[in-house]
Amino acid sequence: MSFVLNEDEQMLRDSARAFLNESAPVTALRTLRDEKSPTGFSSELWSSFAEMGWSGVLVSEDHGGVDMGYAAAGLVLEEMGRTLASSPFLSTSVLAATAFNLAGTDAQKSKWLPKIAAGETVIAIALDERARHNPDHIETRAKKDGNGFVLSGKKRFVNEGAGADLLIVVARMDDDQLGFFMVDPKADGVSREDRRTVDSHVPADFSFDDVKLDGDAFLSGADDSDAAYRRLLDAGRACQAAESLGVAEQAFDDTIAYISEREQFGVPISSFQGLQHRAAHLLGELELARSLVRRALTTLDTQPSQAPLWCVAAKAKATQVSRLAAAEGIQMHGGVGMTDEYDIGLYYKRAQAAGEFLGDDAFNAGEVARMSGY
Amino acid sequence: MSLDNFRKETKDWLEANCPQSMRKPIQSEADICWGGRNWTFASEDQKIWLERMAERGWTVPTWPKEYGGGGLSKDEAFVLKEEMKAINARSPLDSFGIWMLGPALLKYGTHEQKLEFLPPIARGEIRWCQGYSEPGAGSDLVSLRTKGVLDGDHYTVNGQKVWTSYADKSDWIFALVRTEPDAPKYNGISFLLIDMDQPGVSTKPIKLISGKSPFCETFFDDAKAKVKDRVGDAGQGWEIAKYLLSHERAGIVSEAAFGGLNPVSAAHQSGEVDADGKMSDPILRGDVARLTIDGLAFDATMRRVKEEADHGEGVGARASLLKYMGTELNKRRNELNMSALGYDGLLWEGEKESDGEVARSWLRSRANSIEGGTSEINLNIVAKRVLNLPGA
Repeated sequence: MSFVLNEDEQMLRDSARAFLNESAPVTALRTLRDEKSPTGFSSELWSSFAEMGWSGVLVSEDHGGVDMGYAAAGLVLEEMGRTLASSPFLSTSVLAATAFNLAGTDAQKSKWLPKIAAGETVIAIALDERARHNPDHIETRAKKDGNGFVLSGKKRFVNEGAGADLLIVVARMDDDQLGFFMVDPKADGVSREDRRTVDSHVPADFSFDDVKLDGDAFLSGADDSDAAYRRLLDAGRACQAAESLGVAEQAFDDTIAYISEREQFGVPISSFQGLQHRAAHLLGELELARSLVRRALTTLDTQPSQAPLWCVAAKAKATQVSRLAAAEGIQMHGGVGMTDEYDIGLYYKRAQAAGEFLGDDAFNAGEVARMSGY
Repeated sequence: MSLDNFRKETKDWLEANCPQSMRKPIQSEADICWGGRNWTFASEDQKIWLERMAERGWTVPTWPKEYGGGGLSKDEAFVLKEEMKAINARSPLDSFGIWMLGPALLKYGTHEQKLEFLPPIARGEIRWCQGYSEPGAGSDLVSLRTKGVLDGDHYTVNGQKVWTSYADKSDWIFALVRTEPDAPKYNGISFLLIDMDQPGVSTKPIKLISGKSPFCETFFDDAKAKVKDRVGDAGQGWEIAKYLLSHERAGIVSEAAFGGLNPVSAAHQSGEVDADGKMSDPILRGDVARLTIDGLAFDATMRRVKEEADHGEGVGARASLLKYMGTELNKRRNELNMSALGYDGLLWEGEKESDGEVARSWLRSRANSIEGGTSEINLNIVAKRVLNLPGA
């Protein structure tokens, strides 16, 4: 376990930063927003993720991936956070790949993991059912029906829901265990309602009205499917935290650049102690978030049994710090921070939305308390 | 020797040599061994434990062997720390000589000075205190006025220091003294080592809100300091002081995250938990959870900064950031300890010796963000030297 990036990781970060600055700068998000993109992401960008070798970051080499682990996935997400790049990377390459790795049968892995690595599919994970993340509150049911299942229930704010080719739905089975079910979003009985959000993403709500599923729709390769679900949540939290960290870092960098250039009373406003102390405090908070995110990701790769506490701690801290960094950013920008022309407001919006997914700081702090036995 | 072998040998040695009574958490100030000419050991075990560890150089594990250290690599020292923690072994010796003067002497001292001063620190024979702040020079430390006049082979020192921790119990003081009155203020200060066992040095304890008097005023009236006991060149004192301050800052926060009492144990002590051990006040529980998160984050950050320093990126001004974050964290922990204890935390003087310990620790913690550079001074340093923002 190392906090310092190794050579491969440095190269990955540098190439991700260069590529995203070129191909998915903040202006790309503005275009998606202004043109009312139906999916909220660009298919061309998603294809190029595969060309960069990132789509298969968690896919084994046998299945056409590069198998670099969560630390590497986190580096890509951090850079995505910096440019507010909208892409199905988290839902497909991290969450869906993890679901197949943890719970897929050999046949399911052989069919889907190569498609993920090749960037040929967009897969969305449908889990939350309430206004706030609540991983225990799953009322969607998958009832056994002959060799197959019948799925019924509702899912809310499914990320990449508007553009997904396949859904992986978390549903409760007859024995009350939770399982992952592959569902074609165009199947009979599935209805979709797109929800355009403040950060210009397009998640969707889904209703499943007695949807008939084949037996092999169930990811039946896990010994303990509840445990697989928990591990999926943890991996997702650490990776979402990495994106939030990137949002925080760029919001901070933009703010420092702005206060260094803006002059009042004849001097740059960055020379004022009132702003310097806010900036220095924020740097401290960023350092704390950075350490936890790195620790959570590397622990997932090297000691997965130790990872849950680090993952919820990292998610809580990255959520809190990204929101703080963007909020402080608006304040330190002054009036222009409130304009659509400046990017800082877009960071504020993304920090809020990214923070909500898989639990905000309050939710994850509760998990820290529970796991710590108090 | 491989690290695994080292771990095994260390474990065996500690098992055989650490007295049982030294494997219990520190209960009170008396359990901390500071050493020095006038030290009275709290127990025979405390003495034995110091002697055994000092003989191996393990009171200062990473110092060179010829200066009384253990000659261990950073990795080995970390293993030693982990193995000591595993059996709850107490630190055999704590001192400002170890934390502050030692690192400065190792960097700036001559071979003769190291041979003379370091081994007695390692063996706990000489207790040091730090003479930096003055009544008129707190955050603006560089305007200090204690004066040293060269007179043959010694300096004659006059002036007053304040907030000198444990000066009344110390044997020697390392002090910042203005010896070059005509030089620019940053270049006029020398770093002098002064024996306090002389008529020209006197101390007076200051009673604090914690009811204790760890800090003193220290007066120099024609005190003598030998020229050979000046560390570095005349006028190099400010550079050495800054180097030493970065060690002090790291030292103040090394246990900030999880040292001492924590609010969960405090809630158990006061009975404010339910049958499952869950804290009964949900809002307080949330505050404690956020403290746990920041504690984990702070520990991880200390590890990361050390690793990055080893990769040549250096700690530098980031010590100021760690000091700021760590001390604010420690204050929060003490506040939450008091909240979790409720009325019980208010006890000050009572039947039990431990009455008032938590409150004293809580009151003491307020000094954390003042000593070794206030939070505000450290934020200034971060803004200027880490973020490169303009200004005086």
